[in-house]
Amino acid sequence: MNAPIARVFALIIVLFALLLVWTSRWTVFDAQSLRDNPLNARTVIDEEKIDRGEILADDGTVLARSVKGPDHTFTRTYPTGSLFSQAIGYSKVKTGQQAGLELSDGQYLRGVQTGLSAIVGQLGGGTQVGDTVDTTLDPKAQALARQLLTGRAGSVVAIVPRTGAVKVMFSLPTYNDNHPTAAGPDISQLNGATQDADTPGSTFKIVTVTAALDSGKFTPTSDVNGDSPRIISGVPLENDSNQSWGLQTISTALTYSINTIFAQLAQDVGRATMTEYMKRFGFYSKPPLDYPPNELTPSEPHSLTTNKAYPPASPDEDIGRIGIGQGGLEVTPLQMAMVAAAVANGGKLMVPHLTDQVVNPDGQTIDTIKPTLYSRVMKPSTAHDVSQMMQNVVEEGTGKPAETLGISLAGKTGTASIGATGSNLTEPWFIGFAPATDPKIAIAVTIDRTDDGYGGTIAAPIAAEIMKLLLSELHG
Amino acid sequence: MTARNRELVGLVPASLLVTAGFAGVFIQRSNALSNVSLTYGAIFLGLCLVGHVVIRATLPYADPYMFPLVALLSSFGIVMIYRIDSTDARQQAQWFVLGLILFAATIVAFRDYRKLERYRYTIAVVSLFLLMLPRLPGLGDEVNGAYLAVHIPGVFEFQPTEFAKIGFVIFLASYLRDTRQVLVLGARRILGVTIPPIKHFGPVIVIWGLAMLILFALHDVGSSLMFYGALLSILYVATSRVSFVIVGLLAFGLGAWYIGAHVPHIDARVQEWLHPLSRKLYYGSGGVSSYQQANALFAQAAGGMFGQGFGQATLTIPGTSAPLLPAPSTDMIYAVITDELGLFGAAAVLITYLMLIARGFKTAVLARDSFSTLLAVGLSSVLALQVFVIVGGVTRVIPLTGVTLPFISYGGSSIIANLVLVALLLLVSDRARRPV
Repeated sequence: MNAPIARVFALIIVLFALLLVWTSRWTVFDAQSLRDNPLNARTVIDEEKIDRGEILADDGTVLARSVKGPDHTFTRTYPTGSLFSQAIGYSKVKTGQQAGLELSDGQYLRGVQTGLSAIVGQLGGGTQVGDTVDTTLDPKAQALARQLLTGRAGSVVAIVPRTGAVKVMFSLPTYNDNHPTAAGPDISQLNGATQDADTPGSTFKIVTVTAALDSGKFTPTSDVNGDSPRIISGVPLENDSNQSWGLQTISTALTYSINTIFAQLAQDVGRATMTEYMKRFGFYSKPPLDYPPNELTPSEPHSLTTNKAYPPASPDEDIGRIGIGQGGLEVTPLQMAMVAAAVANGGKLMVPHLTDQVVNPDGQTIDTIKPTLYSRVMKPSTAHDVSQMMQNVVEEGTGKPAETLGISLAGKTGTASIGATGSNLTEPWFIGFAPATDPKIAIAVTIDRTDDGYGGTIAAPIAAEIMKLLLSELHG
Repeated sequence: MTARNRELVGLVPASLLVTAGFAGVFIQRSNALSNVSLTYGAIFLGLCLVGHVVIRATLPYADPYMFPLVALLSSFGIVMIYRIDSTDARQQAQWFVLGLILFAATIVAFRDYRKLERYRYTIAVVSLFLLMLPRLPGLGDEVNGAYLAVHIPGVFEFQPTEFAKIGFVIFLASYLRDTRQVLVLGARRILGVTIPPIKHFGPVIVIWGLAMLILFALHDVGSSLMFYGALLSILYVATSRVSFVIVGLLAFGLGAWYIGAHVPHIDARVQEWLHPLSRKLYYGSGGVSSYQQANALFAQAAGGMFGQGFGQATLTIPGTSAPLLPAPSTDMIYAVITDELGLFGAAAVLITYLMLIARGFKTAVLARDSFSTLLAVGLSSVLALQVFVIVGGVTRVIPLTGVTLPFISYGGSSIIANLVLVALLLLVSDRARRPV
């Protein structure tokens, strides 16, 4: 009877081998798809058990931290409330909702270890503790931005031109990331600074003048006819108050923001060159910020009839009006801050970033975000010329209201008409940098909607105050 | 070294494991290592020593590895149950003590186990009665559509199938010892397969009928498969006739298919087996709910290669007592093991079972009379198939049914019956290895 016994035992070995094969199927081969299965509550529960790292401001202020709950779970709390909601976002594990840096820096915050430490961690068990993310954000300047914007809808973005570090990112309306599901008329999760693309108006003339000078077709002293109205793309274009300026240099034209001159410049430079420079500034693509892609909107011209984005250098676009920031062009405040920063940094546009460094629970810095060049937008000499002209704007032209604070600034105002023809609804803008000759900070400020307000009178003073504070912080 | 000294040494790893295991649970619970874990280890070692002394006194030649392997599995089980529910573990420890008493009683009472043959029909009838107990009005306890337990409120609850399986193995081994010669006679060879005369299929039909009865009356695919497989393997070893196995398996397939289609509970289990990750079945519809099966898979996926670490598996939804993995200490204990110790831990458990089963078959080979051989084959097979049925259910090789993982799962009937089963194997082994 020995041979049948051996066969029965062999069959049992085969059956047990089946058990092992199936166990490895679930633990190894199909494990990832099982973990990702939406029915799998463990994924969420395990996430809740992670002690996510803190998010800190540049001075160490805690912007987000984990609080221990029942059964070794953790929830997120945001001590600064709505002040940093849009920049930091939130992480609500139970409902699987995440936004902002909480989402884009999730891998650091969860403390996902790789290689040997992952295996050792798995053997040891215990709570997974995330890394701390130090951001570049400045709480005082952020608070000032909120104070100055209060009562309006608008955005402020401030960037260090040399590094791309984002110091201020604030917009109204906002929300409180401790209660991300709350709804109301004054509550919005849309990050105005990165998602709300609006007509930039005359601030875009910085891009046009850069293309005109850097391409070698014009110099700051080239004379262009500033009469009004002027036919652009078959339709008459007027200056402010329909003022005719006669022949003016490009420098003067920027100081007084003469529409007809810049529309001609854009047409003369041509669609291809304009598009090339726009791309160098970051237009037509999502800003390279360390931020969730679906919370970043590209800045680009749109068809006025269908509201669809034109492809780059589309023959249908009205390049003349785009040259003065109209013609369906829609831009984000972040993009305009990048324009100012590029000029301020001698023509070199640095990749903007919110994350400064990542520190693990042992206090070791495991990652530092180094300044990275995004593109060489223009020659240093062009940058010098453009910044010279932007100083004139503040000293003599439309940006004069920003001059009163005792800091030297360079800038450009914008006042986009946004209502129907004949209405006085405007969107005031100001972009600029300071100190004018040795820029330490670049900024974009916009107010969503005012009744007959100008960029120079409304947006420029806000920008000046925030830059003044930031400069004192940087020196201190 | 004598067999008994080898057995004694073999108990050391089991005691170390139980000490280390409790230490691990305490560290995980309270971040403090208390000497209670040493106490548990010492008590367990003491219990195992008592078992060892009984074997040393009565069965000097018995297999030296079986008892340490059983001790290893039981101690691992106690630690796992303690980690899941400490009151259950205390209960289980009591069952383990009772099991050891019955283990010793079996060894002492059946020193000459061959006298069991005299009572084979009594044993068969009692086993059948035990099997049908859960269907008796007022006694039966329907759990998830199957009738697996007898429940007398406030008195006790037990699973008669655990004991019936031993009874049927004894009966069939004894019956076939007498008739196996007859069953082989008069066979013809057709197309290279030896076909016995039709009348010799009697035993196949009887055990097939038993399996179908379990399926039909108890709605339990797992137990049915376990009984049938073990009895079929005894029949095969007794007769060496592959035709019995082929015909038997075909008949089982047909019968199971027919009954499965007509008993809604079995059909539901099959649906859950086929589509555990269907959203509709997961949330339950029409008496079908794949929640347990799906979470068994999710738990194993969470474990991965090395497991999440001891005590780290999530068993309830945090902040509530709602089960994330239903029945973690009984049916689903293999999923908890895989979750915490990973593929490697699960493989170690399966290999430990395989070693124990191998010792059982080794005993069958060494046995000097056919009743002993068939008894050892049957007991080893039923143990192996019980592991296969529950682990196969948890890992979705076969539909999930609620049988226990021998020695590891929480449950008094299971640990007692399986200790008695091992006592019988040791009795057979002692006689087989006794020098002539």
